[in-house]
Amino acid sequence: MSSRDQILNNIRNQIVASVDHPGLAGEWIRYDDRVEHYATVLAAVGGTAHVVDSAEQILAELNQVPAFAAAKKVVSLCGEVAGNVDFAQIDDPHKLEDVDFAILPAQFAVAENGAVWVDDADVKHRVIYFIPQHLSFIVPAPQDAADAIVDNMHQAYERLSFGQPRFGTFVSGPSKTADIEQSLVIGAHGARSLNVFFLRQ
Amino acid sequence: MKTAQHPEQAAEFVANDARAHWHDQALWFVREKRDRMAVSLPEWEQLRDTASQIKLHTVSRMADYLEEFERNATKLGAVVHWAKDAQEHNEIVLSLLKKIDAKRIVKSKSMLTEECHLNPFLEEQGIEVVDTDLGERIVQLRKEAPSHIVLPAIHIKKEEVSETFHEHLQTEAGNNDPNYLTEAARNHLREKFVAADAGITGVNFAIAETGGLVVCTNEGNADLGVSLPKLHIACMGIEKLVPKAADLSVFLRLLARSATGQPITTYSSHFHGPRPGGELHIILVDNGRSNLMGSSQFRNSLKCIRCGACMNTCPVYRRSGGHSYGTTVPGPIGSILAPSRDSKQHKSLPFACTLCGSCTDVCPVKIDLHHELLEWRGEIRKRGQLPISKTLPMKFTSWMMQSPWLFGVVGAIGRWCLRHFPRWAIYHGLNPWGKQREMPESPKQSFRELYQIHESKKASDE
Amino acid sequence: MQVALFIPCYIDQLYPRVGMATLKILERRGCDVVFPSTQTCCGQPMANTGCSSDAKPLAERFLEIFSPYQYVVAPSGSCVAMVRRHYDEYLEGRPGFAELKAKTFELCEFLVDVMKVDAWGGAYPHKVGLHSSCHGLRELEMGKPSERVGPAFSKPLRLLEMIDQIELVDPKRPDECCGFGGTFAVAEEAVSCMMGTDRLRDHLGAGAEVLTAADMSCLMHLQGLGKRQQMPLQIKHIAEILNESEAKS
Repeated sequence: MSSRDQILNNIRNQIVASVDHPGLAGEWIRYDDRVEHYATVLAAVGGTAHVVDSAEQILAELNQVPAFAAAKKVVSLCGEVAGNVDFAQIDDPHKLEDVDFAILPAQFAVAENGAVWVDDADVKHRVIYFIPQHLSFIVPAPQDAADAIVDNMHQAYERLSFGQPRFGTFVSGPSKTADIEQSLVIGAHGARSLNVFFLRQ
Repeated sequence: MKTAQHPEQAAEFVANDARAHWHDQALWFVREKRDRMAVSLPEWEQLRDTASQIKLHTVSRMADYLEEFERNATKLGAVVHWAKDAQEHNEIVLSLLKKIDAKRIVKSKSMLTEECHLNPFLEEQGIEVVDTDLGERIVQLRKEAPSHIVLPAIHIKKEEVSETFHEHLQTEAGNNDPNYLTEAARNHLREKFVAADAGITGVNFAIAETGGLVVCTNEGNADLGVSLPKLHIACMGIEKLVPKAADLSVFLRLLARSATGQPITTYSSHFHGPRPGGELHIILVDNGRSNLMGSSQFRNSLKCIRCGACMNTCPVYRRSGGHSYGTTVPGPIGSILAPSRDSKQHKSLPFACTLCGSCTDVCPVKIDLHHELLEWRGEIRKRGQLPISKTLPMKFTSWMMQSPWLFGVVGAIGRWCLRHFPRWAIYHGLNPWGKQREMPESPKQSFRELYQIHESKKASDE
Repeated sequence: MQVALFIPCYIDQLYPRVGMATLKILERRGCDVVFPSTQTCCGQPMANTGCSSDAKPLAERFLEIFSPYQYVVAPSGSCVAMVRRHYDEYLEGRPGFAELKAKTFELCEFLVDVMKVDAWGGAYPHKVGLHSSCHGLRELEMGKPSERVGPAFSKPLRLLEMIDQIELVDPKRPDECCGFGGTFAVAEEAVSCMMGTDRLRDHLGAGAEVLTAADMSCLMHLQGLGKRQQMPLQIKHIAEILNESEAKS
């Protein structure tokens, strides 16, 4: 008998009383001002939120970020900001090793935990979310920034579907660690800074 | 082989009072962060209830969900393997690595691979395995085991990290700045990420409905480790399953808040199938879990999502250190899991607990940890593994307490001795109570005697 | 109201004054209090050591002894928790057992929930720290443990707050275990004593002159440590404070 069948048989031989799935309905938290709450939580986890109305505004804000001004190799997958790396032409993700700054699109944000959701549907190398020294996300916001922010994770999963081979991740702030005496250090392996732009259209 | 038991190991840790207090405070700090995060959600207790029910439901239909997961993961292009024990798990990993002649592996945190002792197994085969979580890398360089499942290096001081990094990463001697040391590790591990032939990760959650899996880190090490090399091996215990993707809403809200007091981990990555041109292998490991499933007493421990909150809150763990448990998973949950593998070797762990119940109240999936520990005590007694120094006094006390007369006599003699014996006859090596504590003062009369006087006085007053 | 006193074995032998304080508090409130003299021990030490077969006869005795009474009250959260939360293993289905569980109370619970006490006559002009003993707190749910989210409450604290001139102090860790834990106190002597000393220092740091709790077992351990270290801290069971404050007025 294969290990698979042995394991499954052993499980099926156990007497376990049936328990119903509880369902996911609940009075889950909502915020009066999602934008403000999101910005507060993101700040608490080391990131910065901006609400902007134009590409020029994004660029103006980015120019305030020293790491952007100093960046030699910039990947941008957003039309609003130009990069200097032809991402589509890169065949091996290892070649992204020295990217200083990346500007990437995100789909929506979550107020309760400061996260944005991104996936690799249109992103050839998913490592671009993790390998750049610094990272910015641009989240399209139809009219108001609040439109791009859900209150909680329950609402977040209502927006997601997972039917096909794909990678997606919630990113909440820059990479961090507190493994040395619980001292928080920003910039463990991934991005050393994270800016999130809500672009009102 | 006689292995050191918890009381001896703990006493050794406690003997360094300053360090034990430093350790206690570091973990209490995490517990306080967790408290602030928990109260930020008024629905916290409902979330715990829901999480607990989802896990119980999953366990009750585990075989169906495993098959559903396998089907869906396969459809997405992943390869699913089954391992009944640690040995088989390790061999599967080895065969996958050999197939592509992989020599350099990066691995993110996985308690399962610790449980299976994967690292030494692969190293014996000449394969370099680099733990990429900073805490794990620190203990790996120091040739130690993690002392906590979420904070593997919580027992190590920054000065010691500095020494270790000076030796292995050529950092400047005496520079203890966590920023500087983390930066050094970042640069060192970047080289490892870029050079890796394969990436191994643990799994926080696997989704039956979609065939996907979720890996949570703060550092981004799991993601970096599997998005450069072509081969991703994900190792998971079968209890990591949840039925639906939407169930994750509950678990991701609880996990990081309970673990480190963050609203969510920095990265909560959902892997559905391999990346284009890559391979994703998922190893489903039993290693004793299916046996726990049938036990109504201990089934609850399969709900565990490995947040470590029970360790952070446990007043014994905080003061005795993770290594005193002598297990991969220490603390309250470890003291339940370890005896289920070998109750003789780990017989002292269910007793390394005051039954205070803080772990049960902190647990995000409502495992009744302290009651399970109590159950284990009974089980260890039943298996004849309790030393006679414990069973005999209990037998005698029970016998004595069944006779109020005998109880009264023994009590009176005891009290008399306490009043009249010289100190040396009371405080000596055979009286662990008196090592650091005074004995209670001994009254001349017991309550039952005073009560008699009280009653007769009442009668004469009337 | 008829109350059978359940006086834990070690209180009977070592802290009779706690039993007497309990008796007086209840009598002062008009309870018809009796002490069934055949009682000894609830069996918790055996049960907590895993020796269920040694605990069982004591649970059976307990049921037999206390069945006839309207209420059973004990000045110990831990021993009451043994009856209410852990006797099922021995007595499930026995006649009178469900009733026994429903009518057995820890003293503070009894005063607050059954007697509906909402005022206390006396005064106690001291700085008092309350140690929230774990079994009362978590097994009997006499208060909200700090890990849980919800409205804060504590039955022992509510009673203490009713006393005039009492000054209650707040330790930094509101409900950490003292490290007694029954046989843990000797089996894990090192950790147990460190835990106890930490609790004492926390309360001393908060300015406590008197440390109290609803469980004398925790206090016995803390008293032993405090005395050895010559800490300026009086140890009193909550029944003693309640009784003394009232007796003085």
